[in-house]
Amino acid sequence: MFKVFWSVLHRDLLLAMRRRTDVLTTLFFFVIVVSLFPLGVGTEHAVLRVLGPGVVWVAALLASMLALERLFAADYEDGTLEQLLLTGQPLVLLTLAKVTAHWLLTGLPLVLIAPLVGMQYHLSDSAVAVMMVSLFLGTPVLSLIGAIGAALTLGLRGGGILLALLILPLYIPVLVYGAGAVEVGAVAFGEARPYLTLLAAFLVAALALAPFASSAALRISIE
Amino acid sequence: MKPLMEFLAQGGFAGYVWSAYGMTLALLVIETVSLRRQRRAILARLSRLLRLRGTEDHRGDQP
Amino acid sequence: MTLPWSRFAAPATFYPLAGRLIPIFWVLAAALILTAFYWGFFETPDQLGGSNAQKGYYRIIFIHVGSAWMSMWLYGMLVLWAAVGLVFKTRLSFMMANAIAPTGAIFTFLALWTGAIWGRPSWGTYWDWDPRLTSELILFFLYVGYIALHSAIDDSRRADRAASLLAIVGLVMVPVIFWSINCPDPNQCAALHQRSGLGKVDGNILFAMLTMTLGFWMYSFATTLMRLRGIILTREAETSWVQDLIRSEGRPA
Repeated sequence: MFKVFWSVLHRDLLLAMRRRTDVLTTLFFFVIVVSLFPLGVGTEHAVLRVLGPGVVWVAALLASMLALERLFAADYEDGTLEQLLLTGQPLVLLTLAKVTAHWLLTGLPLVLIAPLVGMQYHLSDSAVAVMMVSLFLGTPVLSLIGAIGAALTLGLRGGGILLALLILPLYIPVLVYGAGAVEVGAVAFGEARPYLTLLAAFLVAALALAPFASSAALRISIE
Repeated sequence: MKPLMEFLAQGGFAGYVWSAYGMTLALLVIETVSLRRQRRAILARLSRLLRLRGTEDHRGDQP
Repeated sequence: MTLPWSRFAAPATFYPLAGRLIPIFWVLAAALILTAFYWGFFETPDQLGGSNAQKGYYRIIFIHVGSAWMSMWLYGMLVLWAAVGLVFKTRLSFMMANAIAPTGAIFTFLALWTGAIWGRPSWGTYWDWDPRLTSELILFFLYVGYIALHSAIDDSRRADRAASLLAIVGLVMVPVIFWSINCPDPNQCAALHQRSGLGKVDGNILFAMLTMTLGFWMYSFATTLMRLRGIILTREAETSWVQDLIRSEGRPA
């Protein structure tokens, strides 16, 4: 059964490696949004330190949402998705594999680039560490929940903007606790532990439930 | 007239009270009116459709 | 299935039944809302006591609380019908969910509007990110998302099922979202601006509030059934019973 998971994951990663710009676009979108805020609100250290956690998380939300549009779209257009559905393999595993690939390509780079953002916003070392951990726990939740929206809006005109409308409200809990963790993490890493525990709980719950919802959504959209 | 004026003034908070109640009344009335109009439009469209189809059938029967 | 209600799951039998019920709900709604209006304005004290006295503007709560309650209740009903539709594959349930959504969105908007107006004199600002009002805002987004997704899909079968799934996902997320808004710090929850319990409320005020809510509820029934009848007619336009109905109803202008 896990062979299905690995082969879909491997295929998606391979495809993405052939078209690296897609991955880089998301990453640069994140960097640009984060870099624009200081230009808009001023470069005072105190202000940036207050705004930093929220800005990083809102930018992560938007970046992950923009990338979602392509999660199933290419496979839907060339008919691969329909073929995958017909293989009789559990659809939940297929969606989980696709979401995992999507996260490795769009979520993980955000985690790795976080120290750069910390520098831009004059965050303390412990805040940067918390930011990396919280992004590591939170961005997969975003990908998992977002996959439901991506599956529901598959092949619709103006799907991207509709996706934002459907999915962004559902991202609120991750935003609240992700940004909250970075905020209290500025003092000491240990302060952020309850927040990180909650994010981990969200991740477990999303892993258990979201793939079922997104595979049901895929069925609805393709039938 | 005085009690009416007093009632409308709402102890000096007329603007707040009546804008809240006014918006509620306006939205409920707009929803009702638009629903009624919608229904009339649907009925008109369907009966027109039916009449068109009816004449077509009629013509089809003749020859 | 031989249950009596399954007979009414057919649009053809439900349509005339809804038509008979609508006037009853209109009468009930008008009577209850007018009673609540009278009671709220003439049988209640002009200001609420306490150190931080609420003056005349507190009367906004009669519609504010009523519409906030209705907005949540209607979302629950929407999800219930959506789930029934997905499980039993009954067309009428999807149409019901679809008919509830706009009325729910209107009440959510009213709860926000009246809450903001009430907030101005009592908190000194229209919008203070009060957890309850913020939750109401999120609920509004959920309604808008449902309506937008449904209207974006041309195929009505897919639209019904996709929007229903979205509504169910939304309901699963709602407790988490509300909780995260209420307690942004996991160690302690934010204090609400105004704590309230129904037990502490003056009897006359409570009566007006509950009557207004009931009135709004009856109003929701009336508008939902009206919208439902429109949806049934549009979707079943090709069936013989609708065509018979149109013929017998004569020629509306």
